[in-house]
Amino acid sequence: MSTNGSSENLLELEHLTKRFAVKQGVFARGTSQVHAVEDVTLTVRRGETLGIVGESGCGKSTTARLMLRLLDPTAGTIRFDGHDISTLSQRQLRPLRREMQMIFQDPYASLNPRKTVGQIIGAPFQIHGVKGAKTRVQELLETVGLSPEHYNRYPHEFSGGQRQRIGVARALALSPKLIVCDEPVSALDVSIQAQVLNLLRSLQKEFNLTYVFISHDLSVIRQIADRIAVMYLGHVVELGDGESIYEHPKHPYTAALLSAVPRAGTARRERIVLTGDVPSPIYPPSACVFHPRCPRFHRGTCDVDPPELRQLAPTQMARCHFPLERWPMPYSEIRQAEGAELAQPSVEGAHHEV
Amino acid sequence: MSDNRLLLDVRDLTVRFPTADGVVQAVSNVSFTLSRGETLGVVGESGSGKSVSNLAIMGLLNRARTQITGDVEFKGRNLLTLDPDDLRKIRGKEIAMVFQDPFACLHPMYRVGAQIAEAVTAHENVPKERAWGRAVELLDRVGIPNAPSRARDYPHQFSGGMRQRAMIAMALVHNPDILICDEPTTALDVTVQAQILELIEDVKREFDIGVILVTHDLGVVAETATSVMVMYAGRVMEYGPAAQVFAQPQHPYAWGLLDSMPTIEHRLDALVPIEGSPPSLLAPPAGCPFHPRCPYRFAPCPTDLPPLTAPVPEAHLDACHLPWDKKVALGKERGTKAAAA
Repeated sequence: MSTNGSSENLLELEHLTKRFAVKQGVFARGTSQVHAVEDVTLTVRRGETLGIVGESGCGKSTTARLMLRLLDPTAGTIRFDGHDISTLSQRQLRPLRREMQMIFQDPYASLNPRKTVGQIIGAPFQIHGVKGAKTRVQELLETVGLSPEHYNRYPHEFSGGQRQRIGVARALALSPKLIVCDEPVSALDVSIQAQVLNLLRSLQKEFNLTYVFISHDLSVIRQIADRIAVMYLGHVVELGDGESIYEHPKHPYTAALLSAVPRAGTARRERIVLTGDVPSPIYPPSACVFHPRCPRFHRGTCDVDPPELRQLAPTQMARCHFPLERWPMPYSEIRQAEGAELAQPSVEGAHHEV
Repeated sequence: MSDNRLLLDVRDLTVRFPTADGVVQAVSNVSFTLSRGETLGVVGESGSGKSVSNLAIMGLLNRARTQITGDVEFKGRNLLTLDPDDLRKIRGKEIAMVFQDPFACLHPMYRVGAQIAEAVTAHENVPKERAWGRAVELLDRVGIPNAPSRARDYPHQFSGGMRQRAMIAMALVHNPDILICDEPTTALDVTVQAQILELIEDVKREFDIGVILVTHDLGVVAETATSVMVMYAGRVMEYGPAAQVFAQPQHPYAWGLLDSMPTIEHRLDALVPIEGSPPSLLAPPAGCPFHPRCPYRFAPCPTDLPPLTAPVPEAHLDACHLPWDKKVALGKERGTKAAAA
């Protein structure tokens, strides 16, 4: 185990898989598994923001928790800053913990209401035995746009946006290399959301931070992420830089997600309405997990042969047998992948000229 | 918009909650109308009074603990002075509501079909089988596949989107005139949100009803509303036809809201937030409630409350002291900035 400080990648996930056992059936006799994260291979480069986007239950938060070893992987490796941390014990992990921090979604639940702001932000210093905490905490309060006088106040005295700033200050306390932000602005109003996003961006520049930013909101991800992983049912279905993903999505699921976002002030695009719901991760569909809802489903290929994440453009990969040739693309053409005989029954109401 | 299409005429609706800490001025002098075929989008941040105004209209606020004044005229009757029994006949029948969290609104121990059938028998004396039949028919109408058997499911067997469909089915039981949707898609994923918004639009057309859509998401409003009311600190800041409000917003708060919204179209160098945070409704600022955060405030703003009026006849309504030519100039500046980005 050696530290490779010069490597371009701060974090490398290889074939990472996490399954949770669940009890099922009468008197919970049977056990089955939730396939939360399946074969995820990702890298996070130093100084970048990797956005992970997907709908609820797609495995994005589980992936984040695995990255920090808050969960133990079922299979696969996690390499952080050159160390393979996938099998380290909690004790062995402790010195590395200060290099990786997390910002949580709910600024109301993630701050202890009985501790002062000074105690909350100072806790990391105490845990790791760092001296001179009070001045550092006051500096941190200023860094995140609060006042040093807030040191002795309690969380309930702050608004949602201010609380999220406290959470950011706590994450910054030990000058970590990696900060995982799990839906950090989802609970905030839009005018406050922009304040926190701007703060995160400027801190990244100032302290050369690496972010993994998780969100269900495609607009927020567009504004914050350099590279983006789109997840569906535990799989990374598309991976690439922001420009490619948003301007030329290759995976039909990414395209459907993008077309579903309501937009203000711009011409409407034709919407790809996905029918049905996300299948259960306990019994994921065979081969390509998206095939039951995919407008490009090709019987005999998509339901038999699992697609690999493959390079489709210099900065873009997708896990699809019939990636989109271009974008935007009318729904009728999406249904006609080259060389594919589409077998899906006609989808009622899926086609809307708006 | 002819008058016989008019469903709801709200004038000077004001809601006050007396509390131990003082009086919360939740809604102040809100006036609007709703006609058949109209989708009124009510937008604002948390605490702007958008939900409370609708709860007041529905008579869902405890009258003993709330001071409600103004007029809510629904088909010639003032809902605010109606006695509770008469109001109950309207609520759920002629005015129906769909709430944000479809899991909290369905009883976990009863079959979905039974809960919809109960909504039928609440207002109509029909045999159980007929009520069940109506429930199945409506579940089918809102796009639940295999409705006759899914009606026998319990809520936990439904996904979030299906639960919200079931809630819409329940709201449609008595062919209401008005459907009030309070953040109907906030708890849903974006692809499911698209399905539900389309369903609401379909339902509106098919039954020729009026829809009030309360949301914090400007994108949702832009796609579905025919008219828009922007609320802040319990007051209406701007009110007009949706196309006009989005093409030429007139109030600095509306500008701020639109500019701070992260766009999906391109990556910006920096987002433009509204500085500060919304005021406490226990002690809202004097004058215009937005003035402490407004970059364009001037002499009258901290002292005089601007009335909701059309600054020039061709404009829509706003509550702002800025002279019209100044608003036009600032609006143009915004437009060019947006075009440059």
